Amino acid sequence: MKKAANPPRPEEIDAAYITLKRETESAGYLLNADEEFTRDLVAGLLINEQRFGYRACPCRLASGNRDQDRDIICPCDYRDPDIAEYGTCYCGLYVNEAVFSGSQPLRSIPERRPPAAQRFLNAPHRTTDTRTVGFPLPVWRCTVCGYLCGREHPPEKCPICKVSRDRFERFA
Amino acid sequence: MELERVKGRKAGDIVLFALSTCGWCKKTKKFLQDLGVEYEYVNVDLLEGEEEEEAMDELKRWNPDGSFPVVVINNMHAIVGYDPDEIKERLGL
Repeated sequence: MKKAANPPRPEEIDAAYITLKRETESAGYLLNADEEFTRDLVAGLLINEQRFGYRACPCRLASGNRDQDRDIICPCDYRDPDIAEYGTCYCGLYVNEAVFSGSQPLRSIPERRPPAAQRFLNAPHRTTDTRTVGFPLPVWRCTVCGYLCGREHPPEKCPICKVSRDRFERFA
Repeated sequence: MELERVKGRKAGDIVLFALSTCGWCKKTKKFLQDLGVEYEYVNVDLLEGEEEEEAMDELKRWNPDGSFPVVVINNMHAIVGYDPDEIKERLGL
């Protein structure tokens, strides 16, 4: 048995929850209004941060290798399509207005993440090649929120959803 | 694969594959507990090495996606995701 990670203290969960809620709302997204459920997921994120050094999705089995887990670092690459289709991300952490307000029930949804073999084939083109294709500059796409920018290199952080540079792929 | 047993009345052979950090897994555990049925579970994220591989191989027999939670009833039916109605139906409750 792996030693269970030290469970985060209630005040640590509180602090992380408040920060996440503020950042989420300022980016135009919504956290699940079921506070108990949401705090449990935040606790899961903190446990994974302690285990792996990054906030891997609490509802998926992470490998512990950042490159392999990059698509499931929260917010994951599947959040926005899942919110668009089902009103919620896979975990039920991020939801749309209808689920937030209670007019649409929150349900457990199917896994959108492709199986490992396919994931590798579909891996976005994360190149540092800065040659341009028909544009004066390379175009980079945030794999989380879809933000596009034309510049030599992707930004340190996505200015829209705040994820780190390694979540960008070459778009054009 | 070592399973934790939660005592209750026997309603069938119930095995839950879960992650200790997952909200839907927690809801599934609570649902089974509230039903008062006996069940066994494993938190795969707390396993290591061969034990983890063995648990994942077993899980993928029931759910090729390898996603959580999965409830296996009577070694016959696999219920993927949190689906209380389906659990009750398969248990005949």
